[in-house]
Amino acid sequence: MTQKLISRFFEPPYAITLEHYSYEAAKKAFVQMRPQAIEAEVKKSNLRGLGGAGFNCAMKWSFVPRNTGKPIYLVVNADEGEPGTFKDKYILTYAPHLLIEGIMIAAFAVGIHKAYVYIRGEYEQPFLNLKCAVEEAYQNGFLGKNILGTQFDLDVVIHRGAGAYICGEETGLLESLEGKKGYPRLKPPFPAIVGLFGCPTVINNVETLSYLPFIIQNGGEWFAALGTEKNGGMRLFSVSGHVERPGVYELPLGIPLRKIIFEYAGGVCGGRKLKAVVPGGLSAAILTADEIDVKMDFDSLRAAGTMGGSGGIIVLDETTCMVEALQVTMRFYAHESCGQCSPCREGTGWIYRILNRIVSHHGRLEDIKNLTDIGMFLGGTTICALADGAQMTFLSYLKKFRREFEAFIQNKEMACQH
Amino acid sequence: MPTLKIDEKEVTVPPGTTLIRAAKELGIEIPYYCWHPGLSVAGNCRMCLVEVDKMPKPQISCHIQCQDGMVVRTQSETVKKLREHVLEFLLVNHPLDCPVCDQAGECGLQDYYMKHGLYDSRLNENKVKKGQKAVPIGPTVMLDNERCILCSRCVRFTDEISKSHEFGIFNRGDHSEIGLYPGEELNNKYSGNVVDICPVGALTDRDFRFKCRVWYLKKTESICPGCARGCNITIETSHDRPTGVENERVMRLKPRFNDEVNDWWICDSGRYGYHSIDQNRILTPLVREGTAAAKESNWKDALKQACVSFQNLMAQNKEQIAILLSPMMTNEEIYLAHKLFVETLQLSRVLLLGVHPNGDQDDLLIRSDKHPNRMGAEWLGLIEGKEVTQKLVSEIEKGLIQGLFLFGQDIVSQFQSERLNGALNQMRLSLFIGSNYNQTVSSARMILPGASYAEKDGTFTNFEGRVQRIRKALFPLGESRSELEIIQSFAAQLGLDLPSQTSEDIFLELAGSVPKFRGMTYDTIGHEGVRPA
Repeated sequence: MTQKLISRFFEPPYAITLEHYSYEAAKKAFVQMRPQAIEAEVKKSNLRGLGGAGFNCAMKWSFVPRNTGKPIYLVVNADEGEPGTFKDKYILTYAPHLLIEGIMIAAFAVGIHKAYVYIRGEYEQPFLNLKCAVEEAYQNGFLGKNILGTQFDLDVVIHRGAGAYICGEETGLLESLEGKKGYPRLKPPFPAIVGLFGCPTVINNVETLSYLPFIIQNGGEWFAALGTEKNGGMRLFSVSGHVERPGVYELPLGIPLRKIIFEYAGGVCGGRKLKAVVPGGLSAAILTADEIDVKMDFDSLRAAGTMGGSGGIIVLDETTCMVEALQVTMRFYAHESCGQCSPCREGTGWIYRILNRIVSHHGRLEDIKNLTDIGMFLGGTTICALADGAQMTFLSYLKKFRREFEAFIQNKEMACQH
Repeated sequence: MPTLKIDEKEVTVPPGTTLIRAAKELGIEIPYYCWHPGLSVAGNCRMCLVEVDKMPKPQISCHIQCQDGMVVRTQSETVKKLREHVLEFLLVNHPLDCPVCDQAGECGLQDYYMKHGLYDSRLNENKVKKGQKAVPIGPTVMLDNERCILCSRCVRFTDEISKSHEFGIFNRGDHSEIGLYPGEELNNKYSGNVVDICPVGALTDRDFRFKCRVWYLKKTESICPGCARGCNITIETSHDRPTGVENERVMRLKPRFNDEVNDWWICDSGRYGYHSIDQNRILTPLVREGTAAAKESNWKDALKQACVSFQNLMAQNKEQIAILLSPMMTNEEIYLAHKLFVETLQLSRVLLLGVHPNGDQDDLLIRSDKHPNRMGAEWLGLIEGKEVTQKLVSEIEKGLIQGLFLFGQDIVSQFQSERLNGALNQMRLSLFIGSNYNQTVSSARMILPGASYAEKDGTFTNFEGRVQRIRKALFPLGESRSELEIIQSFAAQLGLDLPSQTSEDIFLELAGSVPKFRGMTYDTIGHEGVRPA
């Protein structure tokens, strides 16, 4: 077992109350370090955005203009909605103080005095735990005015979402936070320049921020050395589906997928054969059983035609019908498309309706060609990446399991068992 | 100033110019639905995607700004394919009910399908059912959600232009629908504009629905006479085919773009004010004896009778004659009337009368002065004075005025005066020249039917001093005649030598003598109007 950073708090005594958490990293950052030094450490750490895009964290901060005269905001994306992903829920539930400490460090580094945590509406217990922790942090001088005697002020506001996947897209989130409908914004301008309420804004994922205390404590180089060359450190993998031990596993970037499934998650349920794996949340292209030797870092996964995404690993065994799996998948995108852009709004629904027909045994062989063609024009043409994700996963099913789709349409029994 | 290449053509544009505008400048047409030059950029229809070198994905040209050295392709195979598929997506849930759709003929979906679509349908699924068809959402507009492509232009119009905020987009994905917020109805002074900007048949005009297919409409450029703004309009008429309405020739008015006056918009009272062109019209000359009902007459007799009375009054005492010109009249009419009554006949009481109501003015278009040509009248030397008007009205009431010419003014209802009513009736000559029935018509001694603004040529000068042309879209209804013609035939009846001139001739003459109009001709006024040099 590798060492545990964030996940050490997922077991008792947790970091839910200050009884078990002491903000050592924040104290070090605020008292001993200058903001530039913090940024330098984060740069050295190669920390990537762990919400899904995998964008270099230090670079993201560097885009924020510091002298516009406008306030800079930190928005914490806790709207964890990517199917198969539940790692932020663990942090919010078991280690809210760790997140608050990460928020403090990021705010101090960039010069931010107000942070908003946009938390998924369905997350009731995580919300309550975070709320209590924030109150506790205020009472103990970690938030509020003159933090740790440094004259530095920071307020944290928690905002609960109302159940839309698209509000996890950073600009959809900003719109929602501003009280509007969660429609992703046209870019440019990017949120770093024009973000929340028209001000420069840093948007970081819960997990990304939660690694900052460790980077401050142990140094950026130490963190970077935990992972591969360009993919610093560790990340939390949410493993679900047909495995013996589903759960959140904190592992270095670059670890082979096979190892996660068969060593950490205990292999496929009941000793059945592996059929396919979603490696990085629902929007990542699916991998077949033959492709699981891929290394689980952002760059290797991209090279393998999929993506690291949110680190949500969904394991499908040989009993899974891929046609039905795709139907369920596309129902999600059709349901969650915000409806702004024509291709996504109409395309996701159209594809879902075709799949419905196929599943109800009214499919035709030409449907596969049509689906592929529709899918080709779904992504790459829209305001946000929802359609890109839908396209990626959709086309990967059709390409990698085409025979199964043909067999299903031709009504061959038990197509899913090969 | 960035210089870029679009389809191998080079263009230099001011910084911040979007690709779609730069392409327009080059005459390259990029199709679009959601973009509108008068509204913010929504970027949701994805119809205007183009390829830009060094950018990994196709870009929407309504949003992307021109950069120096950009190389843009709007006609590549990829772009053509993208357009075809965006159209296919837009039509997936569209009811394709063109045969019963009022938008047919001017529909963005029809037009672009013929230009950029022409694919065979491969839709085997049921369409998403959205709400009810044809729902009235206010006094002027009908909403058909099935036809909507969710471009959000109407939402942005009511947010950004009318600032009335009635529209929103509700639900998500392919169940998205435009609609009104709870308790709202689309009832603002500019509501009709959402019909113009709707690129499809989702918002149609309740006033125009099913009256006429748009390809039968004849279009004439004109100016709205509803207020001092002088919004540029197109009068759309149909005369030689049966239409959905009886005895109407004007089917609708549409705003005409003029960024110096009204941009793309007009107000509802202007848009729907056209019914007076065909309704409630005075069709023949009328003559009234005492308080009896007016009797139909003919031009020859009426003019003769008017002249006899007028000459008698002139011989008796010129001071008992008053000529009330109106800021509803064109520059040419005012000029000619002035020339006849002041210069030739040497009358002293030739005044401008057009009551200026209070209120009802906003920051967008609507002016409180409901007359289209007060500025023109002022340039021609006619300035309305409150005291002078008041004095005249009381003189009329007292019977001191025995000869009164009214050019369209409904003074009885304007001054709310019963005594005025009686006075007009007892006067030796109370002559009303105008196009429509009103209270004054019911008491004047003689009525000569004038033409509506849609039935004549001329110019109006708006409140900012812009001289703009109205054009003859229709022949005068019934026996009505243009005011110019009436003034000329009256002069001829008096035996005066006033040459028979067209409106354009008169304008040239006045441009030669009135300083503010110097150098203007109908050609230089053109489509957008001109201001004095």
